[in-house]
Amino acid sequence: MRIRRKVSMLVLMLFMLSIVAGCSQGGDNGAAQQEGDTIKVGINTELSGPVASYGSNAANGALLAIEEINAAGGVLGKQLDPLSRDCKSIPDEAMSVSAALVGEKIVAQIGPLTSGNVAGSTPVMMENQIPLLAPAATAVNVTVDEKTNKVRDFIFRVCYRDSDQGQRMANFALEDLNVKNAAIYGSTSDDYATGLAKYFKEEFTSKGGTIVAEEGFVNGDKDFRATLTKIKSADPEFIYVPGYYTEVAVLIKQAREMGITCPIGGGDGWDSPDMVSVAGAEALNNTYFTNHYSVEDPDPAIQSFVEAYKAKYNKLPDSFAALGYDAARLLADAIERAGEADPVKVKEALEATKDFPGITGTMSIDENHNPVKNIVVIEYKDGNLISR
Amino acid sequence: MQEFLQQMVNGLSLGAIYALIALGYTMVYGIIMLINFAHGDILMVGAYIGFFSVVVLGTNIFVAMAIAMIACAVLGVVIEKVAYRPLRNSTRIAALITAIGVSFFLEYTTIFFLTPNQRVYPAEAFPVTNYDVMGITLSSKDIFVFISAVVLMVILQYIIKRTKTGKAMRAVSLDKEAAMLMGISVDKTISITFAIGSALAAAAGVMIGVYYNSINPLMGIIPGLKAFVAAVLGGIGIIPGAMVGGFLMGILETLVSGYGSSLYRDAVAFGVLIIILLIKPTGLFGKNTGEKV
Amino acid sequence: MQKTQHFKPVQFIIEVGILVVIFTLVQYLISAGLLNQYYQINLASICINIILAVSLNLINGFTGQLSLGHAGFMAVGAYASVIMTTYMELPFIVGIIAACLAAALAGFIIGVPTLRLRGDYLAIATLGFGEIIRVVLQNIDYVNGPAGIMGISKLSTWPWLFGSVVITILVIVNLVNSSYGRAIISVREDEVAAELMGVNTTKYKVLAFVVGAMFAGLAGALYAHYFYIIKPETFNFMKSFDILVMVVLGGLGSTTGAIIAAIFITVLTAALQSFPAIRMILYAVILVTVMIYRPQGLMGNRELGRRTFGRLWGDKK
Repeated sequence: MRIRRKVSMLVLMLFMLSIVAGCSQGGDNGAAQQEGDTIKVGINTELSGPVASYGSNAANGALLAIEEINAAGGVLGKQLDPLSRDCKSIPDEAMSVSAALVGEKIVAQIGPLTSGNVAGSTPVMMENQIPLLAPAATAVNVTVDEKTNKVRDFIFRVCYRDSDQGQRMANFALEDLNVKNAAIYGSTSDDYATGLAKYFKEEFTSKGGTIVAEEGFVNGDKDFRATLTKIKSADPEFIYVPGYYTEVAVLIKQAREMGITCPIGGGDGWDSPDMVSVAGAEALNNTYFTNHYSVEDPDPAIQSFVEAYKAKYNKLPDSFAALGYDAARLLADAIERAGEADPVKVKEALEATKDFPGITGTMSIDENHNPVKNIVVIEYKDGNLISR
Repeated sequence: MQEFLQQMVNGLSLGAIYALIALGYTMVYGIIMLINFAHGDILMVGAYIGFFSVVVLGTNIFVAMAIAMIACAVLGVVIEKVAYRPLRNSTRIAALITAIGVSFFLEYTTIFFLTPNQRVYPAEAFPVTNYDVMGITLSSKDIFVFISAVVLMVILQYIIKRTKTGKAMRAVSLDKEAAMLMGISVDKTISITFAIGSALAAAAGVMIGVYYNSINPLMGIIPGLKAFVAAVLGGIGIIPGAMVGGFLMGILETLVSGYGSSLYRDAVAFGVLIIILLIKPTGLFGKNTGEKV
Repeated sequence: MQKTQHFKPVQFIIEVGILVVIFTLVQYLISAGLLNQYYQINLASICINIILAVSLNLINGFTGQLSLGHAGFMAVGAYASVIMTTYMELPFIVGIIAACLAAALAGFIIGVPTLRLRGDYLAIATLGFGEIIRVVLQNIDYVNGPAGIMGISKLSTWPWLFGSVVITILVIVNLVNSSYGRAIISVREDEVAAELMGVNTTKYKVLAFVVGAMFAGLAGALYAHYFYIIKPETFNFMKSFDILVMVVLGGLGSTTGAIIAAIFITVLTAALQSFPAIRMILYAVILVTVMIYRPQGLMGNRELGRRTFGRLWGDKK
């Protein structure tokens, strides 16, 4: 009966398992004995893994906002205490981090960035009734359960849904640019880009346009010429390139080098100062993207944000930074309106948000916990951003 | 036809970069049987050194490449000394795990100091001109990448075939004990192999920077993986195999995106690799040594 | 240890008893709300990682075949189970069985052609298959492509997790100690000699591969029904490396080692959460240091078992 040796081994392992699991987080809760003079805000973003740059920019934006708010006297007379954690760009880690933050008695959580990681975090936040404010999770089903059509009570976002942007660009292409056919060449490795592509295609074809080619790339790709050569031979009047600037800038540059001159469009993932420096001002002429705002907008609020961000991080903000910044400010505003740092009251205050003046547009939260805000189409002209 | 030739141009410059990286993989493997997963990250470090050399020191791209190659050669030797040498007599898989650890270390140390954001190679570092050859667009970048890769490969061939060091490298990879008995310093030879392999990776890193303009701390993972596949495709440990494997991989990927479906590019690349391995289990250039009993 | 042991009812009862006690204790802590969510999540991760590490150890450690595609089988299991439970609304047990069968089938289809490759060629072929599985999933609209499936019910409760771990360990340990196991180990020690002694090496390699894949599928099913969302990107080659790290760190060919390492890595990952900026640097340094000082892994190829603890229980050996 060798089996018994195994059983004893198993027993030992499970002992260790329970002991080690018990010790792993021993120190955390001891210090958190309801100090009462600070309000804890969790920042659960992707600081390592494939989307580390999005996560760290959003965290930077949020931290800048909290710093400014604290310097101006805090919220309800208390300082905000940001607890920044890394979710490694994977949903199960996002869930574990959220649970740890909940254990530290946060009043709300900002992040994660991608829809998948927000989904990982969602059950913990819902169960503990603590609001989650997603800066950039664009999938439609982040805030609404598509099966039951029920709103996820404690999940909010400050960005557009995929459908908003995809439809907007389809209409822009059909009406303003007067094109009849288009090619789609977007990232296939995240749901943001595939979502945009899906809604663009639906809207574009339903209004009489035709899609002549549909291709995809993978995040991290640097060579798009093979597919671009193929698209070029399909001769589209417009190319829709949903994805992030990290790939899109190189893609557009290569497209122009290969003599593809038609207009190219995309979404808010394009928004970064790196677009112009990578692709070059000339290549970007005749390209358009849907966005929240433009860093070149003379609005003083926007300019002071851009200046402060640049002073602190030595870099112009991209859209993630702006959305992270807005998420933190909206949260502070909601806590102020709630009158006390109680998660459920903050949730109610978030639901009641009306005309909150954010950097990324003035927003009201609708019944599905999505922001209602303007979508601008921005055109690159000789390296400058022109709102259309 | 014109489109096909254009695709071949695309594939050749991509392949040249893969081939350079694959060479480093294969040399290290040939001499200590280690899959050096940190190789792609050395490439990334090289790209950053090249970037700072251009931006801070204001050097031209060739000097930048030379500086990056020297710095990464040193880095490669240090990594070998610190992380791999203590494991030389343990199992190969232990060394493999260490290589994965080193890879994380390089990636996240870079992120810690330089943020995960991408950086842009300045356009003036390498002015681009497009040439129109019989309807094919040929950019000066294509030429730069292709020619530098070929030159480096020729130099490498010369070192390996014609110099004493090269002879030592071949001897050590053939039989370490016998080489030692012949008075060859095995440690020194392994160090030199790492230096050369890392320098090639650094060159490839600077080329990627010039060619695609942007670099980031995780940029080495994908090219590293692809180049590893290329090295295996050609028969790992065999130098001409790595070159052919690299070019083949580049052309294959380009053709799949160009004529098949870009959505399935990576799957097809791996699929072809598996089919080749099933037909020729030690890679294209691998010798079928049979079993030693 | 190699001699047949007499059945010792007292000891057997003690051992089973301890298992029952641990199970009930944790179950009680959970239902009484004494074990907070954070510990529960990490406990689930530990269980899933133990299954992954122990099953990969069967392939890499005992059979000596370097496989880098374990995450692919996990993905097959996860998707198969979710199609059963979320799409077809069948009970969880059906999902689990479907996951095991689908992953075992995938293991068979991949194993038969590739297992004639050796060493690094096998490694790259399995890595390739793992990536192919991921890319294919990314392009299937039925399972939502890269967005993945979200809103999966949380069915992986403690009894499922604990039971799965126990079954995985029992099956694999008994397999390794059976005559099949000796054949499997002979393949690792010397494939040619094993062949000459009349061992059908291909058969045993495929057997180990299929069993390993099957349990990876089980882990995938448990993962999917604990973490609410699955998407192809989660199961990329970095995930396979993570599992490999556990196996090597624990000691190739040591089941107890794999278990200890799975616990160690999960707890380490969780403990490093509080150092967001230097988390991965610390992880890398720890990994390299452990490997340099303990290249054979924490346990080598030894097991922690009755021999070590026999004395405590008054065993003569």
